[in-house]
Amino acid sequence: MKAVKIVEGRAYPLGESNIDTDIIIPAHYLKTTDRKGLAKGAFESIRAKEGNVFDDPEYKGAPILIAGDNFGCGSSREHAAWAINEMGIEAVIAPRFSDIFSGNAFKNGLLTVVLPEADVERLLEVAKTDPITLDLENQVVTTPFQDRFHFEIDPFRKRCLLEGLDEIGLTLKDQDKISQYEDVLASDRPWV
Amino acid sequence: MTKNPRTLYEKIWDAHIVERREDGSALVYIDRHLVHEVTSPQAFEALRQAGRPLRRPDRTLAVPDHNVPTTARVDGEGHLLPIADPQSAKQLEALAKNAPEFGVRYISATDPEQGIVHVVGPEQGFTLPGTTLVCGDSHTAAHGALGALAFGIGTSEVEHVMATQTLILNPAKTMEVRVEGKLSPDVSAKDLILHIIHVLGTAGGTGYAIEYTGEAIRNLSIEERLTVSNMSIEAGARTGLIAPDEKTFAYLFARPMSPKGDDWEKAVRWWKSLATDEGAVYDKTVVIHADEVQPSVTWGTSPEDVVPITGVVPDPASFPDPAKQAAARRSLEYMGLEPGQKMDGLAVENVFIGSCTNSRIEDLRAAASVVWGRHVADNVKQALVVPGSGLVKRQAEAEGLDEVFKAAGFEWREPGCSMCLAMNPDKVPAGERCASTSNRNFVGRQGPGARTHLVSPAMAAAAAVTGHLTDLRHLAPVKMGETA
Repeated sequence: MKAVKIVEGRAYPLGESNIDTDIIIPAHYLKTTDRKGLAKGAFESIRAKEGNVFDDPEYKGAPILIAGDNFGCGSSREHAAWAINEMGIEAVIAPRFSDIFSGNAFKNGLLTVVLPEADVERLLEVAKTDPITLDLENQVVTTPFQDRFHFEIDPFRKRCLLEGLDEIGLTLKDQDKISQYEDVLASDRPWV
Repeated sequence: MTKNPRTLYEKIWDAHIVERREDGSALVYIDRHLVHEVTSPQAFEALRQAGRPLRRPDRTLAVPDHNVPTTARVDGEGHLLPIADPQSAKQLEALAKNAPEFGVRYISATDPEQGIVHVVGPEQGFTLPGTTLVCGDSHTAAHGALGALAFGIGTSEVEHVMATQTLILNPAKTMEVRVEGKLSPDVSAKDLILHIIHVLGTAGGTGYAIEYTGEAIRNLSIEERLTVSNMSIEAGARTGLIAPDEKTFAYLFARPMSPKGDDWEKAVRWWKSLATDEGAVYDKTVVIHADEVQPSVTWGTSPEDVVPITGVVPDPASFPDPAKQAAARRSLEYMGLEPGQKMDGLAVENVFIGSCTNSRIEDLRAAASVVWGRHVADNVKQALVVPGSGLVKRQAEAEGLDEVFKAAGFEWREPGCSMCLAMNPDKVPAGERCASTSNRNFVGRQGPGARTHLVSPAMAAAAAVTGHLTDLRHLAPVKMGETA
């Protein structure tokens, strides 16, 4: 996994709540055996509308997306995180994320930052004209206007993101413990 | 009272800890892994590239369901029919190749036991109380109905489970959803869960593991409980547990993969110890009154947008918060609805009876009992019944339900996810409405521009025979000898 420390640049001020993973990447794009080639289908129904933020030249290539409450709800499809990554987005800011989406994002080095609604509202305003900076090490989002918003992040996820750690590789170091658990399981609950 | 009273969730969680970490997370053992064709190919490929084996193929079961066509899969002579969409065909071929390569049991699309993963798991006895069960699909919550700690995962986690049979997880907060009192006989489990999602909101369960308790839950059959647990994710909760009881044990007894002999006795003893202890504390409790639940329908593009069938489309201005007002306005525009419009009487061109929420035998019986003696209305262009598995299909055929549906003008299809997410050719055309027994009314879910109204199987059947959303309690009776 690619390490993430600082994400800096313009942000798509999307701001809608309940953006589900069917909106992020519709099911007809899921017929792939690859992780790539999904950006073309990302936010298809939003991009079909005129004046949408994704096709606005103002935000072209923005590395940050700012969304409303409950971003990534619905289906568990990791294709949603892959598609967002492929668009060049490295971080999403929202008041709340669905549990499955934030997990998927993390596994792909896509930073999800939870901030209170009022802070997100402020950032949506700033994003229309100016860049935003996310500093993972210090857990802070800043703007050129002295805004400074602290965010919380799970310490394990923070470490993995900062160091770009391979979670499976880490777990495989615990193979012996897994085998021991399996031995106990076989005697305690042999039907499993 | 027990010394350290624990909830059902906490007991299963504790029993699966391989290692607790200092940061509060834990390495959690996964007992069961269901695999389908859409969210697994990248995981298998990553294992292959890293030269890693799949740790426990004996705890893994693969079934294709999302992409499979629901039209005939073999010709009259039993030869396989080609799959029209080359991308779907490629994805299905990948699973057929990957599963045996990694030693995983694979139930093929032409196997009589094939079906939707969440129908197949319980019906095979692969799903067991007190197990941890995962699948790369958010409706894995369904298996919580049998008392399994079951939740949907992404493809990276699928790969992690394949390689290590574990996941690194943080414990969830616990939420009790207690349904007090009795449901009215004309109200289904689907109406109940739609009502619950409406009360909790689509993100109300985020961060929580739900446990459904109370008289109305205990009174549900196992298949009805599967419907309730299935849609937990629509309230944001990854998992929705129900304590295993005598009904659970009776349902699982002698299933193909259920424990047998001494193991069965031991298992039942342990399963009985799992119920939440008296005095255990949930982080949150929500009380639902069963007598307030009515036959229900969704009006918008979020599963929380629920009203009783007797209700009207709400005015966006009636929502307290500006984000909800904006969302409601967008929903109404997409759905082609006006505030104040009555739900009863809204014409539908499509009816879908199926999906992991409502495609089991009791669902088909409920729908068939409404359809019997009636006919699909002329304005309904597409009326599909898609059984959840080959076994459900054969059971329905043995009971003659297929004949009831076909005589009424329904199409009787092969099992799969079908029109729930429109990955296969079963789609709702743009701008048309569908009364659907599935679980999501998201924008474009049943096809680009499709307008979904989530309902129970009986309500979907009533919509099919009248040509519009309707209160099934007011259907004109069928006169004997004068069937339509």
